[in-house]
Amino acid sequence: MSHYEAPIREPLVLGDKSYHDITEDIAKPIEGKANKNWYIAFYISLAAMLWGFGCIFYTVGTGIGVWGLNKNIGWAWDITNFVWWVGIGHAGTLISAVLLLFRQKWRMAINRSAEAMTIFAVFQAGLFPIIHMGRPWNGYWVLPLPNQFGSLWVNFNSPLLWDVFAISTYLSVSLVFWWTGLLPDFAMIRDRAVKPFQKKIYALLSFGWSGRAKDWQRFEEVSLVLAGLATPLVLSVHTIVSMDFATSINPGWHSTIFPPYFVAGAIFSGFAMVQTLLGIMRKVTNLENYITRLHVEYMNIVIILTGGIVAVAYASEFFIAWYTGSPYENYTYMSVGAATGPYAWAFWSLIIFNIIIPQALWFKKVRRSFIWSFIISIAINIGMWFERFDIIAIVLSKGHLPSTWWRFEPTFIDVGIFIGTIGFFFVLFLLYARTFPVIAQAEVKTILKSSGENYKKLRDGNHE
Amino acid sequence: MSNKVIHAFYNDDEVVLDAVKKVKAANHHIEEVFCPFPVHGLDKAMGLAPTRLAITAFIYGITGLGVAIWMTNYMMIQDWPQDIGGKTNFSWWLNMPAFVPIMFELTIFFAAHLMVITFYMRSRIWPFKEAENPDPRTTDDHFLMEIPVHNNEDELTSLLKETGAVEINVVEKH
Repeated sequence: MSHYEAPIREPLVLGDKSYHDITEDIAKPIEGKANKNWYIAFYISLAAMLWGFGCIFYTVGTGIGVWGLNKNIGWAWDITNFVWWVGIGHAGTLISAVLLLFRQKWRMAINRSAEAMTIFAVFQAGLFPIIHMGRPWNGYWVLPLPNQFGSLWVNFNSPLLWDVFAISTYLSVSLVFWWTGLLPDFAMIRDRAVKPFQKKIYALLSFGWSGRAKDWQRFEEVSLVLAGLATPLVLSVHTIVSMDFATSINPGWHSTIFPPYFVAGAIFSGFAMVQTLLGIMRKVTNLENYITRLHVEYMNIVIILTGGIVAVAYASEFFIAWYTGSPYENYTYMSVGAATGPYAWAFWSLIIFNIIIPQALWFKKVRRSFIWSFIISIAINIGMWFERFDIIAIVLSKGHLPSTWWRFEPTFIDVGIFIGTIGFFFVLFLLYARTFPVIAQAEVKTILKSSGENYKKLRDGNHE
Repeated sequence: MSNKVIHAFYNDDEVVLDAVKKVKAANHHIEEVFCPFPVHGLDKAMGLAPTRLAITAFIYGITGLGVAIWMTNYMMIQDWPQDIGGKTNFSWWLNMPAFVPIMFELTIFFAAHLMVITFYMRSRIWPFKEAENPDPRTTDDHFLMEIPVHNNEDELTSLLKETGAVEINVVEKH
């Protein structure tokens, strides 16, 4: 009875699986050889990454002038990418922390990869403020260190510094949360490894995990408390990112709706990226029995919810901009001016990709379709990038005086660095998919008896 | 003194849980149970004390909050007050709203990291540590119960057989 689950719930692990089968399935991508598709994807990502690194070196060597910024638009493409990447990171923590607190069993098949995505995405995000410093070797100036510059401390009143603390706390806490969960799975790989070198590496990575009853007791307690800590943390991170804008006095940015709306947008875009990655990964690593249609549908439900919150936020921003009657508000990112002005293409891209296309997910057929979920997730990734671009570039492009009306046009360096971070992200993710247990197998084993298809059939009788 | 122990293998979480209860009821000391995944209720059945890691996390969190308060006060108010957008720079309390994000983040930072470090130290896991599970199957699909033998090998073996052990080995523990 301890493994009872209502028959009405769909199974989360398909097929006739035993504990040992789970071990085999998860270890297979690590122990086998990579196929041709993996190498093609890897080399394309590597090329993009190296191109991006070239652009970064050029920027650092020459100066920020190589970007498309001008006297009015002091940050645009780079901060757009920063916010985009941080937002993508949010889904991983939401899945592993918030869904743990809500005891959602379906998180177990996807939390490992979603958290890997979080960590790799936050790496990319962190690059942009450091590059934008222009002198990245002085990056340590953002830390509150005693120094010889007349005791010049960091400014704790500034949202940019809050961001430093929020992002670094987020990255480091996500990393230990992820790694602690990985220990038993690394131990599993270690104990079945045949090649001595592989055994050594996984012995090192597993920190000598032995799986004593006391260790498991502590492990579960630590997971629960970390989830409790990570839940407010993940909500705080994009709140603080939004304060970079909301605490300024720029109309269009100075908006109290920003924190909740940014957090919803972050989860929206993060889940879209999880869909994109897992849509590919379940095929490549033959894990179709663990990442099922049901998982895809649940994620799509989160997407339609958070996407709805974002749509309502857009509507209220648009309404307020019109309702103020202030001519200046007519040029903010959600306004008639934006919809008809020189950035109309960016405005409408946002509306189409972020609001209109995701509405298809209201249909159960679409929600449960792998290919449609994948296509819609790509649309949302693009739409959420445009959201940040619109907020930043459109608002800055129309100042109070006509002399401050400038347009932002990206240079190939701007674009190159962005492409480079996408390449870097996929390089990390592809290496991860070959070397790490991509599913939290110890956790999946705990739900096999309650949610495995074979056990459910045995228990409920064959109703079909 | 002999260091003989019995290693009893099980391949089902419910069976091992019942076995632990039966062995306990027969008044034998269970040295250790190695599991491939957490078994709900096993710690209680074995009579393990509840872990206090959550309490340490609370204490570490309070410490982090204290550090944040001290740091913001020392750097922004005491050591080098500056006029930043006309914000109050002579009183920590009046400047406090701007420090809330820092206090929050450092609370989380201290609580999370120090708790995990405490966990690693208490469970003796760290890089380059040798694994101590006696059989590689215990990270795959087998549960291993380790019971010290005090001239009662036959009695223990028959008891463990009854509880559903799939394999029983008597080994010398070093």
